[in-house]
Amino acid sequence: MSVDIAIRAMLQGDDRRFALDVSIVSSERRIVIFGPSGAGKSLTLRAVAGLLTPDAGHVHVDGRVLYDAAAGVDMPARKRDVAYVFQDYALFPHLTVAQNVGFGLAHGWLNPGRRARDARVSRWIDTLELGDIADSFPARISGGQRQRVALARALAAEPRIVLLDEPFAALDPGLRGRMRAELMALQERLDLQLMVITHDPADVEALDGHTFEIREGRVVAAP
Amino acid sequence: MADVWVPLALSLKVALWATAINLVLGVLAGFGLSRWRSPAREVVDSILTLPLVLPPTVLGYYLLVLLGRRGVFGSWLDRMGIELVFTWQGAVIASTLVAFPLVQKAARAAFEAVDPQLESAARVLGLREAAIFFRVSLPLAARGITAGALLAFARALGEFGATLMIAGNLPGRTQTLSVAIYAAVQAGDDRTAAIMVGVTSVTCVAALLLAGWLSPNPPGRGRR
Repeated sequence: MSVDIAIRAMLQGDDRRFALDVSIVSSERRIVIFGPSGAGKSLTLRAVAGLLTPDAGHVHVDGRVLYDAAAGVDMPARKRDVAYVFQDYALFPHLTVAQNVGFGLAHGWLNPGRRARDARVSRWIDTLELGDIADSFPARISGGQRQRVALARALAAEPRIVLLDEPFAALDPGLRGRMRAELMALQERLDLQLMVITHDPADVEALDGHTFEIREGRVVAAP
Repeated sequence: MADVWVPLALSLKVALWATAINLVLGVLAGFGLSRWRSPAREVVDSILTLPLVLPPTVLGYYLLVLLGRRGVFGSWLDRMGIELVFTWQGAVIASTLVAFPLVQKAARAAFEAVDPQLESAARVLGLREAAIFFRVSLPLAARGITAGALLAFARALGEFGATLMIAGNLPGRTQTLSVAIYAAVQAGDDRTAAIMVGVTSVTCVAALLLAGWLSPNPPGRGRR
């Protein structure tokens, strides 16, 4: 099994308690978590990335133990080899597109320079056709370009799994179809392991992966 | 004119040192307070803000009690051969204390305005917390911190009460511009006083204009 997740967490919000109890086991390269907002999709993704520590359960990706409550394993986010594409892309506003793409390649105290460009950065800039805007800042580029930058930044680190949080929600409808096709083509070409969360049935249909439906913190339907 | 340049140079030296020290202490305190999740946070913030509201003479008195030759730290410093009372270094400590809350408050607000998601993104991309601070949080907060530092510089430049209490009024050694103005007026030298008042006012207005131009950080706009 390439992905084997079982997490339980009790979260205390300002006005409500939320119980998350999700199991996802799949050997497919495209996993889709589908459900309405507030169902616990993002929490699940955050637990896989190591941004949220569940109370119990385990997270195994490609046979690697990222989290296992019983065994006392909780790998920090930075060691998990997981990429996370945030809903609004979370591009660093003070860095150019090229610097954003290269951000995860060096882990020191300095950001990549504006001029010196790593060969890996150039490759991802070419792959995602970002050459024209490589020196632009995120505030100056379009929504579709932002998504490509976020993908390039995520993929440059060569992760074992790419987590995408509502990747098409921030795009206007015309662009959505094109970006869906782009993501699918990229996934097939590079054989990426994807885990996508969405509330949009059109995404589920287009991504055509192993789909899990979540409602109120639980998986209610898995084919 | 030498009457003006000597205290002006001393004031600039003291204010620059005080600002530099506050850039380290104020930024650390501001960052700590912005990330600390504890009910004690606002209490600590209030205590750190006290120098903004206490009369500078009260602060100067505290400093004397602490750093004077018979003071708590002073007697220990005395044995080490370090003398702070009636020295320009003493004036730096007074100015640093008085201006500290301006940097701390600005830094805390600037760090709180940094989108936590950007720090999460850096974490997933493999960075340690210290690297996230230097590569994401600090650059995004830099504008607000700089504005606070300019205010602190202007405040340190004008420091009078606490400086007089701990560093005294020794011309050429501890007599800063604001203390020299008081001495000139006392001595009836109105012309020198007027020149020094003009120089102080212009410098402070320039610092405030720069601070206003730098803050607040326009939301959602990239910087070049």
